[in-house]
Amino acid sequence: MGRFRVGMHTHPHRVELRGVHIPHEKATAELETSAMPIPDTIILPMRQHVGAACEPQVRRRQHVDVGTLVGSTDARMSAEVFSPVSGTVKEIRTIHFSDGRSDQAVVIEPDGEQTVDESLQVPVVENYADLVEAVRHSGIVGLGGAGFPTWLKMDTDLSGIDSWLVNGAECEPYLSSDYREMVEHPDTILAGIRTCLDLSGVPRSLICIEDNKPKAIEMLREACASDDRIDVFVLPARYPQGASRVILRNVTGRSVPRGGHLTDVGALLFNVTTMSEIGRFLKTGMPLTKRRITVMGDMVQRPQNLEVCVGTPIGQILEHCGLKGKPRKVVVGGPMMGITQVELDTPIMRQNSGLLALSEEASRAPRITACIRCDTCANACPIRLSPLSIHRAYQQGDVEQLDKLMADLCVGCGTCSYVCPAKQPLAQSTRLARNMLRAEQRRRRKEA
Amino acid sequence: METPQDDRPYLLLSAPQITGPRTTHAIMRNVLIALVPSLVASVVFFGIPALVVTLVSVVSCVGFECAWCRLRHTPNTATDLSAAVTGVLLAFNLPPTLPLYMVVIGAFVSIIISKELFGGIGRNIANPAIVGRIFLALAFPVAMTTFVAPHVTLPSADIVSSATPLSPSAAALTPLTLALGTHAGVLGETSAIAILLGFAYLLATRTIGWQIPVAYVGTVFAMSLLTGHDPIAQALSGGLLLGAVFMATDYTTTPSTTKGKVVFALGCGLITCLIRFWGNLNEGVAYSILFMNLLVPHIDTLTPRIPVGGEARASKRGVRQS
Repeated sequence: MGRFRVGMHTHPHRVELRGVHIPHEKATAELETSAMPIPDTIILPMRQHVGAACEPQVRRRQHVDVGTLVGSTDARMSAEVFSPVSGTVKEIRTIHFSDGRSDQAVVIEPDGEQTVDESLQVPVVENYADLVEAVRHSGIVGLGGAGFPTWLKMDTDLSGIDSWLVNGAECEPYLSSDYREMVEHPDTILAGIRTCLDLSGVPRSLICIEDNKPKAIEMLREACASDDRIDVFVLPARYPQGASRVILRNVTGRSVPRGGHLTDVGALLFNVTTMSEIGRFLKTGMPLTKRRITVMGDMVQRPQNLEVCVGTPIGQILEHCGLKGKPRKVVVGGPMMGITQVELDTPIMRQNSGLLALSEEASRAPRITACIRCDTCANACPIRLSPLSIHRAYQQGDVEQLDKLMADLCVGCGTCSYVCPAKQPLAQSTRLARNMLRAEQRRRRKEA
Repeated sequence: METPQDDRPYLLLSAPQITGPRTTHAIMRNVLIALVPSLVASVVFFGIPALVVTLVSVVSCVGFECAWCRLRHTPNTATDLSAAVTGVLLAFNLPPTLPLYMVVIGAFVSIIISKELFGGIGRNIANPAIVGRIFLALAFPVAMTTFVAPHVTLPSADIVSSATPLSPSAAALTPLTLALGTHAGVLGETSAIAILLGFAYLLATRTIGWQIPVAYVGTVFAMSLLTGHDPIAQALSGGLLLGAVFMATDYTTTPSTTKGKVVFALGCGLITCLIRFWGNLNEGVAYSILFMNLLVPHIDTLTPRIPVGGEARASKRGVRQS
């Protein structure tokens, strides 16, 4: 493996202009992060990640400190949950999410002292296995929204990996939480990346940022100037640039084979805030208990970037930012992939990066008209799927056809619905079709 | 501001929570705008009758669509302007002297027979305006081929009344005449410049792609060269440009992938040339597009999209065996 020349790879090559240009409306981008005071209640769901739910490790009325382990499990695909406050466990109850999921949650009443758990210590990391083990007990998951346990992503065979990609695209409109991380803590991000490169032996790292964030590009370029393994890669601002398969293709020109992972084509991809959290954790030993979210929407009086405790009920966050009235729609996440909420005591989870409160006017769903077969959906799809054909095959329950159309490759970005002139709910049907096909694939794998 | 007592639950909707600005209405409006130069040209050349034919055609197309939706108790789809587009395109395929009742019959065939009976917008298998034109040409062959000389002519142009440039009796028309449209013909087929203006507008607004018109006209050009015909005259005359820009690009009746679109356009060009050079029909372009419309499902099957990551043929189950 020869010495890697980063300079050659800092210009977008063969970037495909698929996807769609969406007005960014990142009104909060230049607002510095402010911290929200400790809320009245903290609700910690036991599954704030992809994988198995944790088991509560605390009892009712037990005292917890900041950083006390609240939930963990023996299952491999999981990430531990820690308390963001000191206080008393009020109850352990079942909570229901608007997407139909239910989960156990530990409800904590903060005492306002914020005493730190004494058992916490800065991890000693000497090799890559140590690093993975440390991250395993840091509660860090993919903070861009996916919530994949970070340690599990790192715990892979590194022999074929040549790129440690860092995703700072933040292509969702409205959201600016990753952007704030890049301009406020470039050094922590770099510290995280450097440690990972040092210990993993991966030769290069590219921090991939959309060209609508010149300040972040400049600051990170400056921060990584001293390390020739690390560079900034500028991508055109086009939704969904930050979807993992899309960003990988646009940065390296490689496409992940169907049913495969990024590691199959020699790359690892982490959200930029995830990298920063790793850097912070290795320095302080404090697990992930807080995160920055962008609070926006036309019903919010003071839109801002807010650092909140994981588990803060969204109603309290909206109260803190001020509401102009009762919103018609409340969304956790961005406007393209966010999930509407029906209960305001639903907590913010660690992978959430936005909270929107929208008025009647902003929530009005457009009238659905007949499909005119214009193929705008297929032309905009970053994966080149055919949403229309998938929609029809799904309606007929034709799994074979869905398999042929490779509906399982859908990244769920919502571009098809956004561009559709007939306002057909294509993203919804494609997601349902994907889930149907994946369930069928799992069933067949089990039978085989 | 909401009313103080708003007890409604928060909306539960599937992502995305925002949608883009483009609507079917906006697309059809763009097509109508793109047709304006040709309409202006036809009124300049043929006078008020051109306007009357266009108006009657549009009004009857929209009227038939409204009536159909009324009868079927379905939402009125005439507001999406697609019936108006069909009306204008049908009129552009008719000579200005055509009796108006024939125009209404053509509109009926276009909207009711070719569009609504197949399920309305997005479900028709052939371009409604083309079906209307072909029906009229078969039913009223004389009225459909009675062309008059335009009001405005170039001083040097030698206009033979009642002859379209492609009929053998027509005197050789100069490319300039063809480009301006100062020659006999149906309403919208005459002025190449007006049609190209519309094409430019459609491209600028990203309403259509350039592939079909360019491949279609390019095929006719190349075939003319190969068979010893004047390629420029062939490209500029008859309904080729109108068909290539406005009718072979109809979303519903054309293939979905770029590859499919090129195949479609090549087929249209080939059939047009076969009919023009060796056939005995006036409606080469119309027939070629109709014919290729019917092949669209097969072209679509043979030119599937390959998703990113699906390039290597996946195993039969489509999942990695791990």
